[in-house]
Amino acid sequence: MRSAAHLKQPANEFELSVRRCQHAALLGRIAKVGDRSAFEELFVFFGPRLKGMMMKGGADVHAAEDLTQEVMLTIWRKAALYAPAKGSVSTWVFTIARNLRIDRLRKQSPYAYEDIEALKLESAEIDGENAVMGNQTAEHVAQALKQLPATQRKIVELAFIHDMPQSRIAEKLELPLGTVKSRMRLAYGKLRLNLEELQ
Amino acid sequence: MTVLHHHLDGATLLRYASGDLDEAFSVVVATHLAMCSECRRAARAGEEVGGRFLEVGDKAELSAGSFDRLMQRIDDDGAGQFADSAEARHGADGSSDVPAPLRRFVGPSLKDIPWTRVAPGVRKHAINISSATSSSLYMLNIAPGRAAPEHGHGGAEIAVVLSGAYRDELGRFGPGDVADLDEHIEHQPKVEQGAACICIVATEAPTRFKGFFSRLLQPIVGI
Repeated sequence: MRSAAHLKQPANEFELSVRRCQHAALLGRIAKVGDRSAFEELFVFFGPRLKGMMMKGGADVHAAEDLTQEVMLTIWRKAALYAPAKGSVSTWVFTIARNLRIDRLRKQSPYAYEDIEALKLESAEIDGENAVMGNQTAEHVAQALKQLPATQRKIVELAFIHDMPQSRIAEKLELPLGTVKSRMRLAYGKLRLNLEELQ
Repeated sequence: MTVLHHHLDGATLLRYASGDLDEAFSVVVATHLAMCSECRRAARAGEEVGGRFLEVGDKAELSAGSFDRLMQRIDDDGAGQFADSAEARHGADGSSDVPAPLRRFVGPSLKDIPWTRVAPGVRKHAINISSATSSSLYMLNIAPGRAAPEHGHGGAEIAVVLSGAYRDELGRFGPGDVADLDEHIEHQPKVEQGAACICIVATEAPTRFKGFFSRLLQPIVGI
């Protein structure tokens, strides 16, 4: 991990946004020339975060390490499929991690999980649909999350960080399922509204 | 592209983005997403939330030599890199009337679906998915003019119209529209005259059937 030693934990949003641009460039190098040092930089940044995410979601140390390796392998293989218009690199990595985790849980299913983004959709309008650069969106999401009331933010965190199903969130917070659902709906509405205002 | 009038609920979009929906429900949600760019954008906003949490989330130290082992694996795999073009295979055929996320479950053509008659004017095609989930996934082919009794939605049910249309108090549900209804909504849907209505439906573990689509099946299941 020599080459990436200079990449420290980001201190603020500005650093994070610089980091995001770097990530997109690194993925480009992996896609174009199979650049291993670029891949190592991404590994240093995302590896420990992915493992942390998997452990928060309930995986034990070994399963978390294993899933992290799978996610990184997928990043290497699919680097060419990343499109900045679709969002930040972090979001792309998150969806890969989410999909692999879902796949693990669905081992009994005869069908592997297939992400909607992996499908080539017919309409031309789809490809040009997102003019907003992913990086910008990522910053807006950070702000929009901060503006959520604590009760709604908590539910979003439990769903995303702790990978909790709605029913378990309800148990944990001792709330009726309907309340969790309506707070989630409110949270989503606010996130969207804030995002639209910011853009 | 057809203008869609009925979209996914915000809570459903967040659950889809966080990975909380089970297989049956995610297939139906993905089917709507494939047909609706507005909801696709909305789902992406939800995924951005996940990306943000990943960026600022807690880190866990990787085991020693983790990167080297990964590179070893990549080398052992041979070429390994770059997306396999199998990825793009779905949806390549623009003539299909089955949305891409559904195609691997039912094939490329609605007319080849092996329907089973389950009630007067109602035909069904069950799709076998993971045994880990208690939800069920199926397609329905409902005859023109067929109506359901007025009802509320007690259990979760979500449906996307693939062809034909039905109407209820909420309006007209045509191809691509999704019925992702709150349990408190009462409605009385009726399939339009002229053409059968084909839908893909996910239903939660049925203790009691309450949704429109599951109600149509009630006589046969005998609950």
